[in-house]
Amino acid sequence: MTLLSSGLLLMGCFLCVTGALGVLKFPDFYTRVHAASVTDTLATAMILIGLMLISPNLFVVFKLLFIFVFILFIGPVASHILVKTALKNKLVPVVKENEKVSSSKL
Amino acid sequence: MLIAACFAIFIAMIMAMARAILGPSLYDRILAVNLFGTKAVLLIALLGFVMGRPEFLDIAMVYALINFISLVGILRYSDNDVFKVDDQQDQGRSE
Repeated sequence: MTLLSSGLLLMGCFLCVTGALGVLKFPDFYTRVHAASVTDTLATAMILIGLMLISPNLFVVFKLLFIFVFILFIGPVASHILVKTALKNKLVPVVKENEKVSSSKL
Repeated sequence: MLIAACFAIFIAMIMAMARAILGPSLYDRILAVNLFGTKAVLLIALLGFVMGRPEFLDIAMVYALINFISLVGILRYSDNDVFKVDDQQDQGRSE
């Protein structure tokens, strides 16, 4: 049980650090939102499930389950409203033009 | 293992703060602060287990809710022209 919990915690921390590194290194806002939202939700899920396995009593499991379900639902919603607001206020994404695509007149 | 996880999440928080300081647009900063808040929730939960007091989970729950509500609250002001992003770098325009 402790071994499984440690494995889940390790995986969650790896995802967390990778996501934060992606937010620091990616070239554009929209790519950073993708890195932050995906890795953040999954890392939170893994770390909270890893903590659920070593919790002392059942009440703590319920509290962790509440935070887990909340962040599972709210994380993608938050990133969606952020990107929608940025698009509405005309934040232009960085697009790399391909010669073949631009000459075929989409 | 728990203490190593605390250090890893702390490093992620420092990187999110770096993006909040560096980020060229406003939305980069909002994203970084939201990320910082979610990592703070995880850090509080982990520190509660490290110290042997799982009662810190109440604070983590409240902070997750506050993080989301503050994100929605600051994005409500986006209907005005304050948040509009200029590409042409208008120098002489006042609000």
